[in-house]
Amino acid sequence: MVKNKIKIGVIGIQGDVSEHVIMMQKTLKETNTPGEVFIVKTKENIDEIDALILPGGESTTISKILNKSGLYTRIQKRIKENNLPTMGTCAGCVLLAKKLTDTYRDVTLLEAMDIQVTRNAFGRQKESFEKNLRIDGLHSMFNAVFIRAPVIEKTWGNCKPLAKIDKKIVMARQGNLLALSFHPELTRDTRIHKYFLEMII
Amino acid sequence: MKNIDTIEIKFGTDKLKKGFAKMQKGGVIMDVTNAEQAIIAEESGAVAVMALERVPADIRAHGGVARMADPKIIQEIIDAVSIPVMAKARIGHFVEAQALEALGVDMIDESEVLTPADPFYHIDKRKFTIPFVCGCRNLGEAVRRIWEGAAMIRTKGEAGTGNIIEAIRHQRMVTTMIKKVEQMNDNELHKLAEEYSQSYVKSTEILTCRKVGDNVPVFEEYTYATVKEGIYKILLDIKNVFHRLPVVNFAAGGIATPADAAIMMQLGSDGVFVGSGIFKSDNPSKRAKAIVEAVANYDKPDVIAEVSKNLGEAMTGIEIETIPKEQLLQERGW
Repeated sequence: MVKNKIKIGVIGIQGDVSEHVIMMQKTLKETNTPGEVFIVKTKENIDEIDALILPGGESTTISKILNKSGLYTRIQKRIKENNLPTMGTCAGCVLLAKKLTDTYRDVTLLEAMDIQVTRNAFGRQKESFEKNLRIDGLHSMFNAVFIRAPVIEKTWGNCKPLAKIDKKIVMARQGNLLALSFHPELTRDTRIHKYFLEMII
Repeated sequence: MKNIDTIEIKFGTDKLKKGFAKMQKGGVIMDVTNAEQAIIAEESGAVAVMALERVPADIRAHGGVARMADPKIIQEIIDAVSIPVMAKARIGHFVEAQALEALGVDMIDESEVLTPADPFYHIDKRKFTIPFVCGCRNLGEAVRRIWEGAAMIRTKGEAGTGNIIEAIRHQRMVTTMIKKVEQMNDNELHKLAEEYSQSYVKSTEILTCRKVGDNVPVFEEYTYATVKEGIYKILLDIKNVFHRLPVVNFAAGGIATPADAAIMMQLGSDGVFVGSGIFKSDNPSKRAKAIVEAVANYDKPDVIAEVSKNLGEAMTGIEIETIPKEQLLQERGW
């Protein structure tokens, strides 16, 4: 799918939206890729984009407003029917999952990836941490920022784990869907955004 | 060969504190006094709840010394919801803050809504693993709190009044001053940093009965020269890098309606705190949902109009002029 200009949308409901926009813009510039990054807030925007980023934030809040605005069904449709490349970080990782371990009543999943996610798996904010992480496909360590982070309890089908902490999966890929329980957008390291860009073009 | 990087884990870094605040952007943080209200807030789409014993309107009516909430209530709220739980500590009361951190609270609001505990100093927030949010009326207060380690700033507004005027005043004070900072030369920036450092100097001079020189510690172990330099660097970053506050900036103090929340967003806030506005209104759940929608769609007047329909009575509200100056909460802190 090589086009003249790639359009990448970041869901702009809640969370660290601008951080993803800036990182993706930087990534396009560094790789000399013609394209634009913009904030997606309406159903109509979803049809215009070639790739989607679900940012970090509160999964309950984002899920509620996605549902209400009709964005949810539109995103699901584009992922299923057009194979829309999508990256979710933290809350975005939760939303991409088919299953949740906890039974909280408050979140609707996009059910796009064959993963089961546990929210706040490392604990509360005082247990949030930074750690250098080995990631499949990257040559050297990545400074991963985990904030009240979820983990991917298990993957099945075509979904492949890309990074782990002990036995906990913190990054996984299925086709052109990418789920991360940490926040590359809070660093200056564009390697993961580049990895995602390569999945798009 | 063992790579030392693989075993290195860092907690409580600046990035983790400011990153937590970034995850709250575009959201509504709601004051709650029990688990039941916390669940309503979560179901309404709040990004976090602020656990406290009484909402500001009741603190105002009740009088007396307002302190950190009963840890039992905070624990019940933590157990009831999956979203982050914040709680308030008194200005300068670092032991209340330590207790809140031990409880597992995700962020501490060093808040003028409670009765200040220390007449001289705010908490040294860098000493904590969890992040802090602090109120401000102007850029000077904002920059001092950031220098002390706050990961998030909010307007003070005038809590418990249901009156938005003070929150707007404080937001405009900050943004207008930032525009001025952007025009300043290096000399003027140093002068402003010196001016903004004076509250530390004054406190130290009262305590030591001496004039303060550059090498005298004025806040914890930090000397006057260090404070001036630190504040200068924050101002320089505002001028050259951020063109806004360098941390997440929320609105607080008097937000009662969806339109109140949306005007603060249009004026540049990253999100809002709603205190008494929700649980002092006729239909808390409906109003809470409406304010969440309004913040997510702050630039869409049709959505604001739609969600504002049939919310029932908002909290009654108080004219600021009718409050005696010594009872204004925003005057607390410096």
